[in-house]
Amino acid sequence: MTAASQTSPTPTLAGARIQRWTPLSAGFTSGFGVLIIALAFVPVVMGASVVQDLTNLLTLVLMAVMWNALAGYAGLVSVGLQAYIGLGAYATVWFALHGVDPYVAMVLATLFCAVVSIPLSFIVLRFRGAQFAIGTWVVAEAIGIYVSFDNQLGAGTGTSLTQLYTYSPTHREHYTYWLTLTLTAFFVIAVFLLLRSRLGASLQAIRDDEGAASSVGVRVVAGKRILFILAAAGCGAAGAMTLANILFIEPTSIFSVNYSAFMIFMVLVGGLGTFEGPIIGAIILYFIQQQFGNDGTSYLIGLGATAIAFALFIPRGIWGLVEERTGVRFMPVGYRVRRRAPDSGVDP
Amino acid sequence: MTWVNDVIQGILLGGYYGIIACGLALMFGVMRIINLAHGDIAVLGAYLIYLLLEHWNVSPLIGLLPVLPVMLLLGYLLQRLVLQRSLRSGLLTPLLATFGLSIVIQNVLEQTFSPDVRSLGQDTGSLVTAAWKINSEISISALSTLIFGAAVLIFAGVQLFLSRTNAGRRMRATAEDPDTAELVGIDSRSVYAWATAVAVAIATVGGLALALRSSFFPYSGPDQLIFAFEAVVIGGLGSSLWGALLGGIVLGVAQTIGAQINPEYSILAGHIVFLVVLISPRGGLLTLRSARGARRALPTVTT
Repeated sequence: MTAASQTSPTPTLAGARIQRWTPLSAGFTSGFGVLIIALAFVPVVMGASVVQDLTNLLTLVLMAVMWNALAGYAGLVSVGLQAYIGLGAYATVWFALHGVDPYVAMVLATLFCAVVSIPLSFIVLRFRGAQFAIGTWVVAEAIGIYVSFDNQLGAGTGTSLTQLYTYSPTHREHYTYWLTLTLTAFFVIAVFLLLRSRLGASLQAIRDDEGAASSVGVRVVAGKRILFILAAAGCGAAGAMTLANILFIEPTSIFSVNYSAFMIFMVLVGGLGTFEGPIIGAIILYFIQQQFGNDGTSYLIGLGATAIAFALFIPRGIWGLVEERTGVRFMPVGYRVRRRAPDSGVDP
Repeated sequence: MTWVNDVIQGILLGGYYGIIACGLALMFGVMRIINLAHGDIAVLGAYLIYLLLEHWNVSPLIGLLPVLPVMLLLGYLLQRLVLQRSLRSGLLTPLLATFGLSIVIQNVLEQTFSPDVRSLGQDTGSLVTAAWKINSEISISALSTLIFGAAVLIFAGVQLFLSRTNAGRRMRATAEDPDTAELVGIDSRSVYAWATAVAVAIATVGGLALALRSSFFPYSGPDQLIFAFEAVVIGGLGSSLWGALLGGIVLGVAQTIGAQINPEYSILAGHIVFLVVLISPRGGLLTLRSARGARRALPTVTT
């Protein structure tokens, strides 16, 4: 946490150079931009199955990035983000029922989740550590039960986004894909910019030592709240996208704690607290789902056991290991201190 | 009069929540970690008892006796092999590891025992149907009373263990300050392992209570964990062991009264009481007591 280094792009210490951009990270950041643009053209050149698979993958990426934003950067491990996945999906249904175009409804639902999370943050941010994890879970359960009382929303038996059938299947797939891509890119870039801002440094300070951060004037709760609201909105978007992709939802499945299991798996395996990790984790989970998704219990036992193994033996995940071993960092979200001798790059 | 009955049934139900919450509170008090697999461990215990019944026709209440030492051992190993390692790398790792464990236990149970819903109530003879009828509105079931009695015994037992035995003193010392406890020769790892073993054994009793009073299936665990956690928090997290029983009673009463208004509201009413307690400035029924320093014979540390 070199707070002083944030004002100027390349400040110097005696005998060392503090670097944010390296040729590699500059290359990858522009590559990332090109990738997003390239992904936008996929529906034009690729078939329907590719488009649907990519929609799935992007939704997973969004969930993983949001969970990591909360756990990896504010130290808030949540088992309750499915509250916003469910809420995002159901809010989409609600807005669509009230005459809003389903795709506009998905964006509104995302905003709705952000708004709802503000008062809720005042409740759950009183919790720390494990208490936060289960506290948010209880909130998710309560919202899920509440939604299951609403007959207009299909009560316990579920509902579908029938308004989406006004679009032809091809259009539907393409629009859903583009919206998923837009929202995922938006939230990933938002996290990226947040981490590079002054707030990003203070958030990592909070994660590393809350007391110390607070004693040097970091506004701990405000920082956590911003990430909490961001994660709620992102998960709301992911919920709306899930609905758009599967078209039918019921409270028990869309508010299921399994979403938390998937998010935790992706982030733990990819690399908790790294920018690239959750994206890698999402890709890994995507392929595991393709391969073993139909195996039911064995597949979930495998996921759980892998999560335990990573938590115990490789807590920084695959990307954490890569960073540690090689010092490579694709995205310029941190700073590097380099001695004049060029080969001893160390991340602060 | 129906309200009186609801409150009585709620208090008795609170006994069950107290048992489930006791192990959770003990582990939180001693190690400051919350075991997210706690509910699943209780359900695992219920399945082991079911296994004895199925293969050797052992009555569930008798079946508990051989299962308890097995679960003690399992708890001991859980701490030694999984939790101890996770404790080293901060407070978040135990959460992630126990959440993974929870997923594993649920799915192993489904694979082994099928997803069918089971109950052990009918296998205990007249215990399930026996009841004292006070009048036309109020009737107290023998099973609920037994479970409540077991809860009081367990809490009193843990209290006595912590306040009167050497092992209990070691546990309290480690809870207060593990580093200082190490200095005077207490092996904190062994203390942690025994605390987890006891917590897992108590969870097993909770699992049996669940299996007797209602039903269970491989995915019952998370709900039990949530109820246990709510009881612990309502009672004032980490401020008192007995708070967990009191919290369980409050939760039980909230649920039965909610169910009286509308059967669908039962669980929701519990969640709402939990959230209201959270919002309240004191946050927990017994936290004020602990703020005054009244922590005699309690294994816990103030938050």
